[in-house]
Amino acid sequence: MSEVTSGATMLQPSVRRMSLPTNALTGLVLGVLGYWAGVQIGNGLGFNDSGNTGVLLGYALGSIMFLVGIGFATYPLGRLLGWQTPSQPAYDEYKGAWRYLNLSFDHKVIGIQYLIVMLMAMLFGGIGAMFVRTNLLSADTPIFPPDKYLTLVSMHSVLMIFVASAAIVGPFGNFFVPLMIGTNRMAFPRLEALSLWLVPPALVVMLLTPVFGGFQTGWTGYTPLSEQGGQGFDSYIVGFTLIGTALVVSGVNMLTTIITMRAPGMTWTRMPIFVWGVFSASILGTFAAPVLAAALCMQALDRSMNTSFYVSSNGGSPYLWQNLFWIFGHPEVYIFILPAFGIVMELIPHFARKPLWGYRTAVVGLLGVTLLSWFVWQHHLFVSGIAPALRPFYMLSTEMISIPTGIVFLVAFGTLWRARISLTVPMLFSLGFLYNFLIGGISGVFLSDVPSDITLHGSYFSMAHFHFTIVGGEIFAIVAAIYYWFPKMTGRMLNATAGKIHFWWMFISFNLAFTPLFAVGILDMPRRVSTYAPNLQGINDWVTIWAYVLFSSMVFFAGIVIWGWFFNPKLAVADPWHVRSIEWELATPLPRRNFERIPTFTRPPYDYGEGAPRPVIEHGAEPAPA
Amino acid sequence: MATAAPCRRSATWAASWSSSKELNTPERTHTLRLAVAWAVLSVIGVVVAMQVNMPPGHQTQQAADESSLLSLMLILSTPVCIGVVLFILYSVFAFRRVPGSLDDGPSRRGNLRMQWAWTIVTALIVFTLAGIGINGLANSSNASTFSSSGGSLGTQTVGTSASDRLQVQVIAQQWYFTYRYPGYGGAESTHLVLPVNANIEFHVTSTDVIHSFWAYELGVKADANPGTDNITYATTTSTGSFTVRCAELCGIWHGNMFDTQGKVVSQGDFATWVADLQSSETGITLPPYAPEYFPSPRVKGT
Repeated sequence: MSEVTSGATMLQPSVRRMSLPTNALTGLVLGVLGYWAGVQIGNGLGFNDSGNTGVLLGYALGSIMFLVGIGFATYPLGRLLGWQTPSQPAYDEYKGAWRYLNLSFDHKVIGIQYLIVMLMAMLFGGIGAMFVRTNLLSADTPIFPPDKYLTLVSMHSVLMIFVASAAIVGPFGNFFVPLMIGTNRMAFPRLEALSLWLVPPALVVMLLTPVFGGFQTGWTGYTPLSEQGGQGFDSYIVGFTLIGTALVVSGVNMLTTIITMRAPGMTWTRMPIFVWGVFSASILGTFAAPVLAAALCMQALDRSMNTSFYVSSNGGSPYLWQNLFWIFGHPEVYIFILPAFGIVMELIPHFARKPLWGYRTAVVGLLGVTLLSWFVWQHHLFVSGIAPALRPFYMLSTEMISIPTGIVFLVAFGTLWRARISLTVPMLFSLGFLYNFLIGGISGVFLSDVPSDITLHGSYFSMAHFHFTIVGGEIFAIVAAIYYWFPKMTGRMLNATAGKIHFWWMFISFNLAFTPLFAVGILDMPRRVSTYAPNLQGINDWVTIWAYVLFSSMVFFAGIVIWGWFFNPKLAVADPWHVRSIEWELATPLPRRNFERIPTFTRPPYDYGEGAPRPVIEHGAEPAPA
Repeated sequence: MATAAPCRRSATWAASWSSSKELNTPERTHTLRLAVAWAVLSVIGVVVAMQVNMPPGHQTQQAADESSLLSLMLILSTPVCIGVVLFILYSVFAFRRVPGSLDDGPSRRGNLRMQWAWTIVTALIVFTLAGIGINGLANSSNASTFSSSGGSLGTQTVGTSASDRLQVQVIAQQWYFTYRYPGYGGAESTHLVLPVNANIEFHVTSTDVIHSFWAYELGVKADANPGTDNITYATTTSTGSFTVRCAELCGIWHGNMFDTQGKVVSQGDFATWVADLQSSETGITLPPYAPEYFPSPRVKGT
């Protein structure tokens, strides 16, 4: 025994620690320094590049140094230098708000950090939308000059794409997937934290674009228009690349976690449908986002080092960008909606107190969308001049997505039929989702048929279509999820009466704001214009007014959340909804270690009406690993 | 089952209307009520939908095709929307939990036959729509009508004889369109004027960024790409004016890139107009005729 001890002493690494305190503030300071260094290096290279290299390198180095300051380099650097470095940061035990400004590998802390970051991004994007709508109050005398207006449009769209990509898998996936599959952590906690901390630099980079003149390309960033853009467009490249990287990192992590870390008895057909939603979205994130990152790197090279991937006069092709962008872009929209399907199909059985009707069909539907979404991207290029022989295929594949999507409705209907529905706030938002997504989905069929798409393409009709699917669909699902899981995440209740007011406020104003936009599009108003035909001013003013009401409903929602989180004296009980799902079996607030002993699942989810006892899981004798 | 927790407070009028006896209504009654309501409302809805004149109108064969397809879709989607909304509303009213109760619904985990039926019905609707669209596209190679070919056909021309069509080159630049008539000595105009009852062959291209040539009433939309000759067709069937807009974000004045003075005129008026155009000095300076143009190579930092 003593020999072993002395051996250990000999191998004892030198006891030194990184003296730099690592947290978000250090990250900010190092990020600014990194930005400055990057700009100096980039400009020092002396490329004839309108200063793009400096800004690109500045953003890149700034982001990397931010991650160093947060503490991502401490462990690998420490190991490299032979220092004694704990793999699990000590400040995971921090209490209070401070822990959210530190690197944490606790999936529950990361879930809350993600939620806060996403809500902040949504706020910025929403303010952008209000500016855009205000500008459209008048048909011919806009408030903003056109370049500022298009910068607002572009920032609104890109920020909201950030939100839509990560606002379900980030907060709720990270928080609840480990709980639902019965494990204490994600497969790669470090990657989980990385996928979170890549988002704040992306937001800062995107919000910095007005300083450099903004960019006027919308979220599609088509070349050669983007080549005309100044340094403002570099924000698009770096910000989107950071988000794309976050999507890949989070996707790989989710897939590995769900495949390998399920508790005993948590078979594939016992996984809650929300986990399936996250799983299918993670497949898409893992394989689609790298295309975006690569395509953006090519744009960055075009701008900095005078390559010509997309420059037609030098042998490149703008079609290359369009294709690469949409190869990412169309699976991307299903990254938005698949977890939202998961949330809605998760909530409806609980508040209908009936098993999910057609569980396996629902899974097939989710995976069917996942598969088909790879084969539809050229429907964005129907009028671009692609070979006409390709069009029937993409038309058919696009319309075929209606089949697995229709299954979601079938499953929801089967669950509602003869159920015991209680119209709680999360249930109201789930039913609102069904209506909004119905309109969004059906208008998608209008856009998918080539002859009708010729009239509708690039008009406000398509804009209304994707706002119905993303705002009416995904955002409604996110709000439902916040109302549903907030008590478990924060230990506090949200006010139910205020929530119901919020639902009707948001549902009515959303529909009154966006439904007329279908008509505006059919009546020949193109997207992204700052002036339009005078005969459409009345209808646009109507839309703007209801958009204000919609925004005010979200401000009201922010008030509900802030009051519930910080001022509501009422603590949540462990299971305020009386539902049969594992996360509600655990104590509120959740302990640092979710499960002291490995749980065993013995029954399928949503086992309502089967007389099964509670708890829905059994805690085994074996202690759970960290 | 267990009695309610106090936080489950939903004693609204709807909940009290749906008493426990409603939960005992036979399944057949629920189905019948829903089916009758759906049938009645759908008939009304379809009749209303059939009254709607969907744009873009009937100025060309292509526009007429698009209008009729949009109308068909509106008519087909009406019963679907009505069905979904009706089902949700009916369920919410008829299958409401008795306030305060924590009763479970019946444990039904699915009905395979119904799932197949649903999937097959949606598949049939989808394949029908796709079939109509594909049929329209297949007709677009028919040189006598160019039906449904308002969308761009890339670099591919259809039909064999060019003599029965009027060629028009559409050149997009930031931020206006110019139209060139190669068959009339390359005469150029900033307004598009076309003869009626003619097959028009548009060659759409751009000298700088990507634009999209959207002649709304003509049912034509084709992207204008630098370095690409994007071909599309229209068969004019009635006279009148039309609007041309740019439908692809092309820079700061994108919203101002439109022209409301497009005209379809009689063959005689067109001959007069184009003769005037050839003899007059328009002041337009464009690069000499070429099927496609490239933006001048970037010279950075200048």
